[in-house]
Amino acid sequence: MKTLILIFFASVLTNNIALTYFLGMCPFIAISKNTKAASGMGMAVTYVMVITAIVNYTIYTFVLIPMGLEYLAFLIFIIVIAGIVQVLEMLVERFFPVLYTSFGIFLPLITVNCAILGLSLFMILRDYSFLQMIFYSLGSGLGWWLAIAAMAGLRRMLMLSEPLASLGDAGITVILAGFMALSFFGFSGILPA
Amino acid sequence: MGKAVKSKGVSYFIDSLWYNNATFSMVLGICSALAVTTNLLNALVMGISVTVVLIISSMAISLMRNIIPERVRIITFMLIISTFVIMVDFILKIYLPPVSKALGPYVGLIITNCILMGRAEAFAIKQPPYYSFMDSLGSGIGYTLSIMVLAAVRELLGAGSLFGVQVLGDSWDGWGLIMIPSGAFFVLGFYIMFANMIQRRFINRKITG
Repeated sequence: MKTLILIFFASVLTNNIALTYFLGMCPFIAISKNTKAASGMGMAVTYVMVITAIVNYTIYTFVLIPMGLEYLAFLIFIIVIAGIVQVLEMLVERFFPVLYTSFGIFLPLITVNCAILGLSLFMILRDYSFLQMIFYSLGSGLGWWLAIAAMAGLRRMLMLSEPLASLGDAGITVILAGFMALSFFGFSGILPA
Repeated sequence: MGKAVKSKGVSYFIDSLWYNNATFSMVLGICSALAVTTNLLNALVMGISVTVVLIISSMAISLMRNIIPERVRIITFMLIISTFVIMVDFILKIYLPPVSKALGPYVGLIITNCILMGRAEAFAIKQPPYYSFMDSLGSGIGYTLSIMVLAAVRELLGAGSLFGVQVLGDSWDGWGLIMIPSGAFFVLGFYIMFANMIQRRFINRKITG
């Protein structure tokens, strides 16, 4: 139980998937202009992350390893992710129209979000058990959500100030992400190594 | 090959190498640009891998551009790209095992690198193979040079070495901040700033001169 909680908090705070492993950086910079959109994207990423992690884990352990096809992992994972995103989009649109307006429009973008594929790859590299994998994927999703929502909040403040013109929109966001990563780095004290 | 075709190809090459440079103009594909730039060797290998996958997959997509149905084009791009990424992963595992270990999951993440999808969607699906080749060569070299610059700065300041060879001597302690993740963000931010400054001067001169 203790290791599960450790994995969860490590993936939310100290090993934040956006700020420590730089995954999902393209939407992190492109969609963090507005708080609402950022939060919707974060929610969508969290859902898709948990579901794809479970499916990919099952396929990897029960199909690919027994058949000795580990080298096909990239191909299978990306097909699974694309398929699940497509099905999820249809289901959410059909049964949860309210949710669809809050995060459904971000679902198609998620297929190319490297955080999703990255999570599946990290999960097999670290040899997690089924329960550990669930906590890890949930924690990573929430951590990404936290990071992009915080970034959107920071960028609202930015509207009141005038950064250097050459830095541009992307440049100042990257620098801000640096400061955010630094503050998340400070969390490393709360967990035993 | 006619002269017009050749010069158009060269202009696509320069366009995607500098004016539309993925890293500092469009800010695409920076996941790996941030993650693998702790030393120059990793950055070089990563840059070459991305360039190779980009060139081969762009040309393949461009050759098939008339038979890929529009509705399923994204997943088709992904299948083509991931096939070549698996090949590159194998080659790295066999010939450069230490680098392959250091790059870890970031080789697999070439599949979702926005540069590849972006070039496929914006260029290769519409243009003949020769233009796609020049375009992806330019994007690939632009990306490689960008991450080499980032890696050179980080390795030099963080460890005092270049390609693992000590250049700053024993008195250099190493600047820890540069090696941790937040340092990567700072270096990339300043790199974007300097590149934009140079680009502005460049464009201004072209207009006035």
